[in-house]
Amino acid sequence: MVAFIVRRLLGAVGLLLIISAVTYAIFFLVPRAAGVTSDDIAGRFAGKQPDAATLAAIKDRFGLDDPIPVQYGKYIKSIVAGDTYDTGTEKIDCPAPCLGYSFRTNQSVTDQIVDRVPVTMMIALGAAVLWVLAGVSIGVLSALRRGTLFDRVAMGVALAGVSLPVFFTGLLSLAFVVHRWNLLPEVNYTGLGDNPFNLLLPWVCLAFLYAAMYARLTRAGMLETMNEDFIRTARAKGLPEKTVVVKHGLRATLTPIMTVFGLDIGLLLGGAIITERTFSIPGLGQLALDGVNQSDLPVVLGATLTAALFIVLANLVVDILYGVVDPRVRHS
Amino acid sequence: MARKQQAELINGGSGDSSGGRGAPTSFLEVRDLKIHFPTDDGLVKSVDGLNFQLERGRTLGIVGESGSGKSVTSLGILGLHNRRNAKVSGEIWLDGTELVGASAGRVRRLRGQKMAMIFQDPLSSMHPFYTVGSQIIEAYRVHNDVSKQVARKHAIDMLGRVGIPKPDKRVDDYPHQFSGGMRQRAMIAMALSCDPELLIADEPTTALDVTVQAQILDLLRDLQQEFNSAIIMITHDLGVVAELSDDILVMYAGRCAEYGPVDDTFHRPLHPYTWGLLGSMPRLDRERSERLMPIKGTPPSLINVPRGCAFNPRCAYGDLNGDKSTTERPELLELEPGHKAACHLPLEKRREIWDSEIRPKL
Amino acid sequence: MKSPKVVTSAAAGLVVLGLGLSACGGGDDDGDKAGGSGKFDAGTTAVVNPSDHKGGVLKMAQPDDFESLDPANIYYAYGLNFVRIFSRNLMTYTSKPGKEGATMSPDLAEAAGTATDGGKTWTYKLKRGVKYEDGTEIKAKDIKYAVARTFDREILHNGPSYFPQLLAAEGYKGPFKDKNLDNFKGIETPDDYTLVFKLKAPFSEFDQVVGFSGQTAPVPADKDKGVRYGMHPVSSGPYKLEGDYTPKKGGTFVRNPNWDPATDPNRKQLPDKIEVQAGLKAEEIDNRLIAGTVQIDLPGSGVQAAARQQILTNPKLKANADNPLAGFHWYVSINTKSIPNVECRKAIVYAADRSAMYRAYGGEAGGEVATSIQPPNVQGREKGTDFYTKADPNFTGDPAQAKAALAKCGQPNGFSTIMIYRNDRPKEKATAEGLKQSLDKVGIKVELKGYPSGTYTNEQLGAPKFVAKEKVGLGTYGWAPDWNTGYGYLQPLTDVKAIVPTGNANTEELDDPDVNKKWNEVVSVTDPAGRAKIYNEIDAKTREQAAILPNVYAKSLLFRPTNLTNVYFHAGFGMYDYANLGVTG
Repeated sequence: MVAFIVRRLLGAVGLLLIISAVTYAIFFLVPRAAGVTSDDIAGRFAGKQPDAATLAAIKDRFGLDDPIPVQYGKYIKSIVAGDTYDTGTEKIDCPAPCLGYSFRTNQSVTDQIVDRVPVTMMIALGAAVLWVLAGVSIGVLSALRRGTLFDRVAMGVALAGVSLPVFFTGLLSLAFVVHRWNLLPEVNYTGLGDNPFNLLLPWVCLAFLYAAMYARLTRAGMLETMNEDFIRTARAKGLPEKTVVVKHGLRATLTPIMTVFGLDIGLLLGGAIITERTFSIPGLGQLALDGVNQSDLPVVLGATLTAALFIVLANLVVDILYGVVDPRVRHS
Repeated sequence: MARKQQAELINGGSGDSSGGRGAPTSFLEVRDLKIHFPTDDGLVKSVDGLNFQLERGRTLGIVGESGSGKSVTSLGILGLHNRRNAKVSGEIWLDGTELVGASAGRVRRLRGQKMAMIFQDPLSSMHPFYTVGSQIIEAYRVHNDVSKQVARKHAIDMLGRVGIPKPDKRVDDYPHQFSGGMRQRAMIAMALSCDPELLIADEPTTALDVTVQAQILDLLRDLQQEFNSAIIMITHDLGVVAELSDDILVMYAGRCAEYGPVDDTFHRPLHPYTWGLLGSMPRLDRERSERLMPIKGTPPSLINVPRGCAFNPRCAYGDLNGDKSTTERPELLELEPGHKAACHLPLEKRREIWDSEIRPKL
Repeated sequence: MKSPKVVTSAAAGLVVLGLGLSACGGGDDDGDKAGGSGKFDAGTTAVVNPSDHKGGVLKMAQPDDFESLDPANIYYAYGLNFVRIFSRNLMTYTSKPGKEGATMSPDLAEAAGTATDGGKTWTYKLKRGVKYEDGTEIKAKDIKYAVARTFDREILHNGPSYFPQLLAAEGYKGPFKDKNLDNFKGIETPDDYTLVFKLKAPFSEFDQVVGFSGQTAPVPADKDKGVRYGMHPVSSGPYKLEGDYTPKKGGTFVRNPNWDPATDPNRKQLPDKIEVQAGLKAEEIDNRLIAGTVQIDLPGSGVQAAARQQILTNPKLKANADNPLAGFHWYVSINTKSIPNVECRKAIVYAADRSAMYRAYGGEAGGEVATSIQPPNVQGREKGTDFYTKADPNFTGDPAQAKAALAKCGQPNGFSTIMIYRNDRPKEKATAEGLKQSLDKVGIKVELKGYPSGTYTNEQLGAPKFVAKEKVGLGTYGWAPDWNTGYGYLQPLTDVKAIVPTGNANTEELDDPDVNKKWNEVVSVTDPAGRAKIYNEIDAKTREQAAILPNVYAKSLLFRPTNLTNVYFHAGFGMYDYANLGVTG
């Protein structure tokens, strides 16, 4: 098991290296192939009508004219060994893992990510609790009552839910729940110091989308599981129906759902971009989006790597959990 | 809610037949059992009027091709059909209790305790995520109010009794860690954990190789002697039946084609379908004079069961009766003491065909 | 239930309905609160809700964020407007409604600068006793240091670069690389209260240079954090930061007790707190403006399409909105390198369907039909006369004249060219399409190409290399000046010296000897009226050269919540004045 985890972590490091290199390439090589020069990139950080001296100064500061392998090497080196950052008046020490400083705001990217991860985490986890509870229980009930009115209504709503993105339900609920009916306060969550229940609306909107998906997944899985031989055996043993459904049926159904859940959570932790954007919550996704919109390479890289790290970790956790949950995996 | 509905359905389904004949004297008596499944294509009559009795300590073999209604019958006895998509009627009397009309809760409490079942494929029939021990413990504790430790000890006992070596270690293994034979033994241990008086074994050896098959059958026989259980052995393998059963019930298209003591039925079968089954059975104890004689045709649709004798489209002798076989359903008649068959052919003619045409080829 | 499309469109209908309903609801509420004090467009010419009520929290929001809060590192007008709440310059825009707002008045300086040496030396005297937030007095060296900082474009690259361009300080690298401030020869400080700016060449509008940006806001050298000074700039104005400013999130400003209103006629200190929230979606800001939970939409460019519709169709909301000329002139630039023959350019202007181009900007509420290049807010601007076109909302072009011009150009059957625009701006797209249609009629074939607004002004239309390579003949463009004079407006658009490789504003790449000569001379003209006359001549000459096809002077739709006091449209910044606001309730 330990060897397995170590192997996976090493693989993850390799993957992150590749992702950072690809991000670099997308940032530099692709635009360059399309004719964008380093002057153009520098121009994005200057005010109106920048003169040549300004562009040269910006290129110099950000190292935009260094060969790309050199820039990339410097970046990797600062992650491993740390770096110093020149503010003009002092040199700030940036300990490893130093993800550099934003071209735009001059903040430490590491600090920004550390500041924003909890925000995204609160969005993702709060929504996850809701969608798992709602999605799985609706899915189970639907499966057990297949063909009934409940099942049809639930699956109809679920179909609607799957087809309604957060920016839609979000705008709708903001327009009605917050601004028209004043049922909930405006969403102003910015960090762990704030009341997390301010995120209720984003949770519900995000959970609605996922709950719908999970209800459908659970229902399908449950229908399949409840036809398994071992369910018949459980009933033949004289177990109460509740035990049959929960202990035998649900347990087997949840295993594949756990995989999906792990990936979903991993993706969301890397930035619940649409939810954050819709509700204007300063999470990792907004950071990444701003970074991309403003050509802020260190931020884009940092956010991408963090998101990738979350996905890799989530995958790893899912794999480990799979072994815990399914003995067949553990013993193979 | 679901359970209550189920009970009502059971009562409704058996209303007309439960009053008449009163409690039987046999340990298990099945009367006019019908199990129908309404589907979009029509009503599937999987079991359509089945009768039999079984005493403690005796074994009934039910044979027939796939789809003849063997397994549906066994699940019906255990009350494992979903009442929403299965219509069950008739009577099932187990030790003086009628099961078709009983509440779901009552049947459930009998299940696993008074009656238990061994399934065909032990790998898929055991939960992959729980240890063999915990699955036995679960089966034991649901009917016996004992601590986990006591139940665990019992589980180890049971594993030992069914011949699993080092049961105190294997109890914590998962089903996939067992070999096929051992797994079936574990399955049997689980079924026997509450000392059931009725044991239904649904093709218990089909998935196993021949030597293991023999071991499992020996085990069942030994256990029967020890517990004095009644056993229903469901199989399409006549060899298994011959080895283990006291009586034999040949099912075709949801009905009984022939029923009788095993010796009579094997040595003087009275139904052409039974002849066919015997003819298609490989025998090791005899030099084979000819090729196997499979029954021609395929099992009938259970939605549109052939008129008259359900076997007539496949029967080589059906036209000996004029059009009787295609118009009139043959009754199950007791032709010899305890030996019944449902066939229009005159008895003498059947004996003649058996003696002259069928037996020499076996 | 079966078709997701049906569900979606049904729900979409609900939203529209909901917005409509909420409009009515919001309107009722606002009607009650307003008590009929506001009138549509009242804030364009006068102060609405004048009040000296102190207290409350003024909330401002923006979808993105300031480039920086370092006053020297900002170029966008709304940022320069905002930083006035905590920073004072030598000169600043007069805080008055109407045209006066576009003029400069002394701030830390006692009076406007005194020009000597033919406009090459500018001297300012400081007010005495003006203090930083920590009580230290502001001295001349602090302003000299602040200006010196702007020479280091590596550290501060967002702000204007007028000082390095104008001041006589050859080879000076800025105080971060050259720690000895005495090496900065561009400014002399004979005493603590006198600053003498030394220019390379005469520059008549130096007061504007000094006042329009925050680059003369004093910076105490020992508190300077270089690139990070913007996270906690030291206050000299009525408010100071509480804690640090967090980029992309926001910050809170509280009263600065060391600010003395007696020295500062251009700012007020009414709310207890001013809260800035960054990263709030534009549509959500509009919602909150209408609900009154946010008072100021910082970018100041007006509400989004949904709210615009809501406000214009609801009289109660409309009473709390203003529709001023925002300072932008949206025009079409005709590149003189790609289309070198003036007759061919004239053909384009003749043929242009001004009516379609005007309607592309939304008609009456969207703007006014333009005559001159300089919009009406520019000081001394004259309406001028039309060249080859008519500033008339119904003018659809003059194909006959266009064909005549084409014949003179030697292209009687027309020619082909490329027109670019910002593809994420529907108005520019509609403008380009309208123009294409009218040019089509006279045989000028136009191929349209859209580019994202994020790169358009730097990498496409603003990059002469790109324009030459792609043979771009026409491009939609708009300009708002650094300061509201003809120089601020026209010099970057028409002077050959203003052509830069990236972010070029002289997008027509005009290189007219007469215009160039005028630009070289006007910087020595000391009389503002005399300068305005020259600017109007340059304006006319550029249009006579058919290098710019005027279109629309933009109007923005600004919403002022009823709990906002002292609110008026400021001509200098092209939006509400942020330094004099108060809140009630």
